[in-house]
Amino acid sequence: MSVVIQPIPESAVAPKVSARTSTTLRVSRYVVVRLLTLFVTVVIGIYLTIMIANMGGFVDTIMKGEIRDRVTQMIINNPSYQSMEQEVRQKLIQDTIAAEEERRGLNVPIAVRNFRYLSNALTLNLGRAINMTSDSGSKQVSLILLERLPATLLLMGISQLFLFFSSILLALNLSRRYGNFWDKLVVTLSPTSAVPPWFYGIFLILIFAALLKVLPFGGMVDSPPPPTAFEYSMSLLKHLTLPTLSLVLSSFFLSIYNYRTFFLIYSSEDYVDMAKAKGLPMRDVERKYILRPTLPNIITNFALLIITLWTGATITETVFLWPGLGRTLFQAIGLYDIPIIVGSTIIYAYLLAMTVFLLDFIYSLVDPRVKVGS
Amino acid sequence: MSALKNSVQKLFYYPSAVFGLFVVFLLVLLAIYAMLKIPYSEAIRLWRGGEDVWYQNPKFAAPAWINYFSSEKYAESFAVKTDDGSLSSEFTPGAEGTGTLVANHIFDFNYDTYPQDMILYFTSEFAEKQPFVSLEWLTPDGRIVRIANMAISRQFTYRFAQDEKLKARLKTDDIIASLFSDPETGSPIKGQYQLLLTGTTFEPGSLINAEFVFHGQVYGLAGTDHARRDLIVPLLWGAPIALAFGLIASLGSSVLTMIIAAVGTWYSGWVDELIQRITEINLVLPFLSILIMIGTFYSRSLWVILGATIALSIFTGAIKGFRSIFLQVKESMYIEAARAYGASGPRIVFLYLIPRMIPLLIPGLVSSVPAFVFLEASLALLGLGDPVLPTWGKIIQDANSNGALYRGYYYWILEPTVLLMFTGLGFAMLGFALDRIFNPKLRDA
Repeated sequence: MSVVIQPIPESAVAPKVSARTSTTLRVSRYVVVRLLTLFVTVVIGIYLTIMIANMGGFVDTIMKGEIRDRVTQMIINNPSYQSMEQEVRQKLIQDTIAAEEERRGLNVPIAVRNFRYLSNALTLNLGRAINMTSDSGSKQVSLILLERLPATLLLMGISQLFLFFSSILLALNLSRRYGNFWDKLVVTLSPTSAVPPWFYGIFLILIFAALLKVLPFGGMVDSPPPPTAFEYSMSLLKHLTLPTLSLVLSSFFLSIYNYRTFFLIYSSEDYVDMAKAKGLPMRDVERKYILRPTLPNIITNFALLIITLWTGATITETVFLWPGLGRTLFQAIGLYDIPIIVGSTIIYAYLLAMTVFLLDFIYSLVDPRVKVGS
Repeated sequence: MSALKNSVQKLFYYPSAVFGLFVVFLLVLLAIYAMLKIPYSEAIRLWRGGEDVWYQNPKFAAPAWINYFSSEKYAESFAVKTDDGSLSSEFTPGAEGTGTLVANHIFDFNYDTYPQDMILYFTSEFAEKQPFVSLEWLTPDGRIVRIANMAISRQFTYRFAQDEKLKARLKTDDIIASLFSDPETGSPIKGQYQLLLTGTTFEPGSLINAEFVFHGQVYGLAGTDHARRDLIVPLLWGAPIALAFGLIASLGSSVLTMIIAAVGTWYSGWVDELIQRITEINLVLPFLSILIMIGTFYSRSLWVILGATIALSIFTGAIKGFRSIFLQVKESMYIEAARAYGASGPRIVFLYLIPRMIPLLIPGLVSSVPAFVFLEASLALLGLGDPVLPTWGKIIQDANSNGALYRGYYYWILEPTVLLMFTGLGFAMLGFALDRIFNPKLRDA
């Protein structure tokens, strides 16, 4: 192919300033439109979650019944109220119930309350939990969530980051010599990822906790917690092993397989052959010709991974009794604790919207072919 | 059509596809067998049945076949009764309306563990005078142990292990162990045991029926759970339910996804825009949390969960994949030809666009079956399984909440998990191979 070098025409240089303003205009218009649509998306998503969590008002009936029951029991069983007149006591019961319902905002119509939840949620004013408390005794949703966050970040962080980096490295290795024994092994084993992590968890508990008795069944640290920092972290490590292993096992082979196939598709491009023909070292070919164009996808995966760190693994955490966010969410649902359900959903939604928004810009940074808003 | 045949032939080049097909075929057979062997209503009755249905079974009994692999032999369970002659009995009328019933049961006991319990259930008919029963126990070494003498009411249950008088007489706390062991050494004696039951009735027409239930340590093909239920029922019935749930969910969600993507790309404009917005909203919704909420708040019925699963799985990333391919197909010549002869929009969508995509649909459809099968099991594990249907996930949940792993009832958790694992792997392997056949781009890679 012959390359004709043409002299740059004057006209192409002249409107440089207007091109820059048009870029600014295009990008800013894109930013505004994109932010608006994402915001509307988040609002609708959260509103739907609130509606489902409220069960169209049925949860209110459950909570009202529960309050009635508890207050009546409390007043009837209280000896100091025993001598009261029947009517006075009935009045007291009704008043206490009304006060309790007002405290929880149950006297406000459901539609109004849904909007109140929505506006509070959108301003990240997560409010107070209904039934759950943090270990330090607080009912603040944000405190409850923050308290469980480290456990989830630890478990998910270690497993997901290990999974991400090890599968990229191994996939690169395999794509270099595809068709060999290890490559075939990974291809053969990739269907094992159809099995969810908690399932591997049960097998791992069976082998390492029940039969071999070398690792604990679940929990985060020994009870009582070891006094010294070193012993504490050793105990933590012991408890961390099985859940991490099950999370890694359940997506390890598929993840390698996907990246491998992906790298293979990119390494069969003409420009890669060209680079090899030029005699560039394999390291450079991989870094500059194969990895570079796959970067947008890798970054997307990484961004989505960061979001999953926040959501935690509900079922795996439940199986391993890991005190993380996923299990908290499950417990909250069981206790009809709507503020916590909404709280964790809104944070997830915001993180996701932010990531989607930022990714567009990151793409244009790493891939010169991509233009923001075009 | 020949292309499809060709594809099916190619399937046999892949060992994993052959394995996958084999597993799926076995599962279908298992499902058909389950439905023929135990009708639906009977399965529900058995699964929901309490002590009155399952009193003959021991609790937490491992399957009987573990005796082949274990050096220590576990006692097998059995139950015999006079009604159907399995407990041999003879009734001889005596003078003045009295009668004597002699029933004896001789059985081999060649095990190293004692049974969990032995129980006699009596039913009798009489007007005023209660019949009288005495029991004797004959051991292989020739001892005769007097067990009990008692008058029996119309419904009477005699539990060997709880007879305080017998405990005092045998000077032991564990009657069952004492009955089966050598009084000198305390180790079990193997051989033929005999239970001799002599009953006397004191009225004409008075009757005694007896049932001897022997709760061993192992039971049947699959063992039993905490409620004495035979695990074979949920293991068999788990197959059709898992298949139905997995296939309907994956078929429903992928076909609907494809139709919506086709409609969106064809009509473009606001329809397409709306579909894309809904997809983004759906991305924000927490899938598992919503299913948990539906399970907790609304209904735990499998079919409600199935509907919600399909609804939430329509507007996912897959819609974008279909959309990009439809956008290419939309520009093809044959579509233009159809448009030229005046085909209507729906006609083009359903007769031109969608048929073109079916080969691409199949691998994804098969590959997504395991996810749905495991979703059912996951929800069951969280205690949100269908309250009526016997499923594999329910067994795992029962086992997990009864501490099967802590207490060593490994069979209980292994049986459903192995079945689920095979189901998942079978569909996944088949899906992988199909993907490589229908997407030739992947084949060399």
